Amino acid sequence: MIGRLLLRLLFVLALPVVLVALWWAASDGNTDPFWPPLRTILRTFPDVWTVDRLRTDVVPSVLRLLSGYATAAVVGMALGTVIGSYRGVRAVCEPVLEFLRAVPPPVLIPVIMLFAGIGDTMKIVVIASGCVWPILLNTVEGVRAVDSVMLETARSYGVKGPARLRHLVLPSASPQIFAGLRQALSIGIILMVISEMFAASNGIGFTVVQFQRSFAIPDMWTGILVLGLLGFLLSVVFQLVERRVLGWYHGLRASTRRS
Amino acid sequence: MLDIRGLHKVYEGSGRRVEAVRDLTFTVSAGELVCLVGPSGCGKTTLLKCMGGLLTPTAGEVLLSGKPVSGPPPGMAFVFQEYGRSLFPWMRVGQNVELPLKQKNLTKARRKELVADALESVGLADAAGAYPWQLSGGMQQRVAIARALAYEPQVLLMDEPFAAVDAQTRADLEDLVRGLWRERGITILFVTHDIDEAVYLGERVIVLSASPTVVQEQLKVDLPDERDQLHTRVAPRFAELRTHVYEQIQAAKRGIPQDAVTKSNTPPLH
Repeated sequence: MIGRLLLRLLFVLALPVVLVALWWAASDGNTDPFWPPLRTILRTFPDVWTVDRLRTDVVPSVLRLLSGYATAAVVGMALGTVIGSYRGVRAVCEPVLEFLRAVPPPVLIPVIMLFAGIGDTMKIVVIASGCVWPILLNTVEGVRAVDSVMLETARSYGVKGPARLRHLVLPSASPQIFAGLRQALSIGIILMVISEMFAASNGIGFTVVQFQRSFAIPDMWTGILVLGLLGFLLSVVFQLVERRVLGWYHGLRASTRRS
Repeated sequence: MLDIRGLHKVYEGSGRRVEAVRDLTFTVSAGELVCLVGPSGCGKTTLLKCMGGLLTPTAGEVLLSGKPVSGPPPGMAFVFQEYGRSLFPWMRVGQNVELPLKQKNLTKARRKELVADALESVGLADAAGAYPWQLSGGMQQRVAIARALAYEPQVLLMDEPFAAVDAQTRADLEDLVRGLWRERGITILFVTHDIDEAVYLGERVIVLSASPTVVQEQLKVDLPDERDQLHTRVAPRFAELRTHVYEQIQAAKRGIPQDAVTKSNTPPLH
């Protein structure tokens, strides 16, 4: 049991360790100011990312990301359920959705700035407007794909209205919804950074740009590391939540694969 | 209890008109176990769905205790053939059985009691905490039956419920259904394409014609109430009845009306 766990840990850690070692070796002794040695970057790290800076830059960034993401999740799932449930609504909305989805969200930043200003609202709106599409479209597909026998079962047993939504439609669509939420998370991080690069007075994206402009190159690199770590951390949390909520789905898939 | 009068169902769509059920009239009295059997593709499922209020007939009507059925009536429970697609995989067995009860105004204690009782009577008392996909096919269909029982229906509609399980499981499930029927006195309408199953289970067998469907013949099964897989199936009377039904089905496939095959409603005893 312990041996198995250690082996798994080894598999998980092997590649990152190799890559870091490669980076370390390749950059060591590098004199190019734009590619500082990893040794220098890591030495700078604790000086730059102090508790104080975590509070003034990382926390605001994460809060914007979470507010935007949560807004997108609520709006995307609600609209997606409505569009997925009614054929008429779908026929009207689909072309518009395809168009809106095709617009790259960063391009909206200048537009959104015009009416939402340059404060937190603008950033949350930008993040939400980018994250909403994968959630919305996946919810539509998930809701459409509810099994016909299950729908008939619900009907014949008088399960309708909110109960039908809660016990049948949403759980049945949940694997697809989670796929959308996962895509949206990485889009959210990207938009968080970009929106902070445009107009901001704090945040991780703002900090990275500040360091670059003041030629504090190792400090800039530490900012990129922080972003990577943040993304990694969020995806671990996401996976934990997903494993809990979709436990039945993974079990079901494993059992159909066996038989 | 259940009256089917002049039922007629036509599917229309994309320029094609399919007459699935032409004209069906029969009754099922309270506490009866009736098997509907017919050649494959004869509109058995269509008929059952019309009765369960899942489909609206083109003409004719279905009456449950004298009241016309216009949507799924609360007094009816359905057991589908595809147990794997009828149980909700995100709910545990107990929750699956309980879900329909939540739509009825029952107290929590009463719901718990019904769920436990239903699972007990299908022999799955200790499976309440499992997920359906952790169970075998036969056990999943038992859960579906338990869900129907807990709903306390007057009429139980079963649509080829054992078509997808292996022969041994099937025999067990057949005995389970007969046992439950005798114990609880519910009215059961059982659709199957298996002639042996129809004769073994039913008190009465209704033979349907090929599509567009009419009633080919109604047949009373005069086997003793006490049936078992070993002896009933080798009884001479069982053989006669199944041969008779088999002939009717063959005739139905060729499109010959029943009068041309035999004059009486039950084959004569020797």
